[in-house]
Amino acid sequence: MDMEQYLDIFIEEAKEHLQNLNESILELENNPEDENLINEIFRIAHTIKGMAGTMGFTKMQKLTHDMENVLSEIRNGSFKVTTVLIDVLFKSLDALEGYNEEIASTGSEGAEEHNDLIRILNEILEGTYEAAAAVEVVAEPVVEEVQTLEDEENEYEKKFTQVNFDNYVRGTVVQAKSQNFNFFGLTVYISPKCVLKSARAFVLFKALEEIGEIVKTIPEVQDIEDEKFDLDISLFVLTKESKEKVLSVVENLSEIEKVLIDEAEIKEEVVEKVVDKQATKEEKTVKEKKEKPKTAKTVRVDIERLDILMNLASELIIIKNSLENIDGLKQNSSFNESVEYLERITTNLHDAVMKVRMVPVEQVFNRFPRMVRDLSKKLNKEIKLEMSGKETELDRTVIDEIGDPLLHLLRNAADHGLETPGERVAKGKNKEGHMKLRAFQDGNNVLIEVKDDGKGINLDKIKEKAINNGLISSTEVENLKKEQIMDFLFMPSFSTAKEVTDVSGRGVGLDVVKTKIQALGGSIEVDTEPGKGSTFTIRLPLTLAIIQALMVNIGLEKYAVPLNTIQTIEKIDSKDIKMVQNNEVIILRNKVIPIIRLDEILHVKKDQEDQDAITVVIVKKGEKLAGFVVDDLIGQQEIVIKSLGKYLSNIKLIAGATILGDGEVALILDINSLV
Amino acid sequence: MEQKQYVIVRLDQEIYGVDIQQVQVIERLSRITRVPQAPTFIKGVINLRGDIIPVMSLRDKLNMGVDDYTNDTRIIIVKTKKNVMGLIVDEVKEVMDLDTSDMENVHEFSSKINSEYIKALGKVDGDIVVILNVSGLVDNN
Repeated sequence: MDMEQYLDIFIEEAKEHLQNLNESILELENNPEDENLINEIFRIAHTIKGMAGTMGFTKMQKLTHDMENVLSEIRNGSFKVTTVLIDVLFKSLDALEGYNEEIASTGSEGAEEHNDLIRILNEILEGTYEAAAAVEVVAEPVVEEVQTLEDEENEYEKKFTQVNFDNYVRGTVVQAKSQNFNFFGLTVYISPKCVLKSARAFVLFKALEEIGEIVKTIPEVQDIEDEKFDLDISLFVLTKESKEKVLSVVENLSEIEKVLIDEAEIKEEVVEKVVDKQATKEEKTVKEKKEKPKTAKTVRVDIERLDILMNLASELIIIKNSLENIDGLKQNSSFNESVEYLERITTNLHDAVMKVRMVPVEQVFNRFPRMVRDLSKKLNKEIKLEMSGKETELDRTVIDEIGDPLLHLLRNAADHGLETPGERVAKGKNKEGHMKLRAFQDGNNVLIEVKDDGKGINLDKIKEKAINNGLISSTEVENLKKEQIMDFLFMPSFSTAKEVTDVSGRGVGLDVVKTKIQALGGSIEVDTEPGKGSTFTIRLPLTLAIIQALMVNIGLEKYAVPLNTIQTIEKIDSKDIKMVQNNEVIILRNKVIPIIRLDEILHVKKDQEDQDAITVVIVKKGEKLAGFVVDDLIGQQEIVIKSLGKYLSNIKLIAGATILGDGEVALILDINSLV
Repeated sequence: MEQKQYVIVRLDQEIYGVDIQQVQVIERLSRITRVPQAPTFIKGVINLRGDIIPVMSLRDKLNMGVDDYTNDTRIIIVKTKKNVMGLIVDEVKEVMDLDTSDMENVHEFSSKINSEYIKALGKVDGDIVVILNVSGLVDNN
């Protein structure tokens, strides 16, 4: 069996399971007595073990197996959950995540055996672990039986006797029977011990497909795939083989409890008995598993497919734009109505596709509680992390990029922001430092706040450092506003931490954070109150795929300037352009602004002589302003950003391209590299 | 005797062949948007049904002078492992089966031809067809 095709699914699912494991272990640390959590952790470890086993990742399987042993003993009450144990569980989790990353990047689990960890797990089991002092062995094991499924399941019945078929199946069967095919119905009961029911079901399908053709299954294949069935599956098979042969094929599979087989009939009657039974069974299963939250119906889709969908939706908009512009038809009212209708549909379609690409920030936030826990141990600080707005959604592409910057900010807050418990108590603060991570939507932006109630940022220290680094003179520094001083923090290699810890303080960080966020089309600000704490606010666009842009003419070419970078548009008399150190500048509201002649930088052929009055688009990059000279303004437009492709990826001045209503390609200027 | 199919194209007065496996589609000339700072042989980008595709002048790339756009000019969209690229050619003549066994390797033939861009030389009715190395043209920038 070729495992290659399942690899992606394995990695994705393992990721989810590991995330759940992470959350459960964190919770267990707070509620060490909670049996449900222990059961949950055991279940997840068991699932991962099964998955790894199926895929042939033996090292992963071994580790989860040993974890299971320990968990099972805890479940039996042999020993209690302690911090030491939690640490070991976390270490195991890290090891499993390591395996999964290795699998994701190389396709195999690598050579790391984690023998130490396995040894520790086994020592815990035997009660000889060094730190086992902390692992209290409880004298009387209280065995907690895991409830198996209902007893009435033991009555096996043929569930294939009264089923109605659609006409297609009916036709197939009648035709096959005329060619001497046998038509059998089977009800197969899978062993209650089976972990991967749906995988087992597919092994069964495969075995049967080798000797015949499966024409129908109850429940439907899709439901089987989603494990929406109890332990029995009914199938209908067309085969040249005898009943005994079919029976032996199925019985030879492992984890099959019971097989019932008989000649099947094609009935015209609609009988709902089976369906009903199946439904009540389903309800029952759901009830029995009520500790498992019911998940919404979801489909996993490769992001590339969504990109294709996005492209098609964008194209539709382009076509609609060109329809609107067809001369001679505009007077026709029914044509206009149709175009308006089309416009509504395309807009809605576009929104729908955008929504599909949106992912809750929860995906990113989820890894932080564990990180903060580890940090608090490492730094010997008591830290409480509060997170809110996890359901806020961002485009998938933004989500993928935002994790690291947030990680940086949280680390900074924990390391430099929060004081040690001693210091806090001395200041009359709560011993426990608070960090707040909050996401919320604000118009077309999503804001993410990282807030701490620590000592705040010392402005004088920043000033001192800025002067020492030669960024500014000591006289100039006195005229700066608070925000401007804070902006130094985002300069490369600017760190005010007195000592470098291995958490942060090496002066890489905030500048990287800023660059990354700007690359996503966002911005970052910081506010602080000495003694009270600091707040970093990240503002991100909801989506990267569509932006508002100002279309301009430069020579005979059209370019798009992202609207969010534009401050103002000015008409300047060419006499007002001054020369400062061989650079052209204008003075606007007491600010000296350098002039950038786009036609020269972009090597555009000029189509007209210099005018007396020139149009200048003033753009802003951080604190810097610059004026782009353009020939004409075309107007504001919503544009779909497309990449220029790999071949042209090294062109710095261009951020991408977009397709205009007439099908023409216009390039989008990259303001960051031009200013 | 191994046969392979090639798209036979004309550049100026010479005949070239492109392995049909690498050809996605052949397009008429559409409006090309110039990309600043791109190499000179990259004439710009086109909109191919919603995708942005760079286009390369084969004549420029092979040092055969400047393109002269006519009604016969075509853009051949080729796909390699790394890139999708449009190649501008003066004319697309036909698709032909060529026998790969009687093709000659380039370095046996002449040292003047840049072997990075040219795979081999085939023969059709006594004429020479230069088989282009598409990956060499498109992937090494």
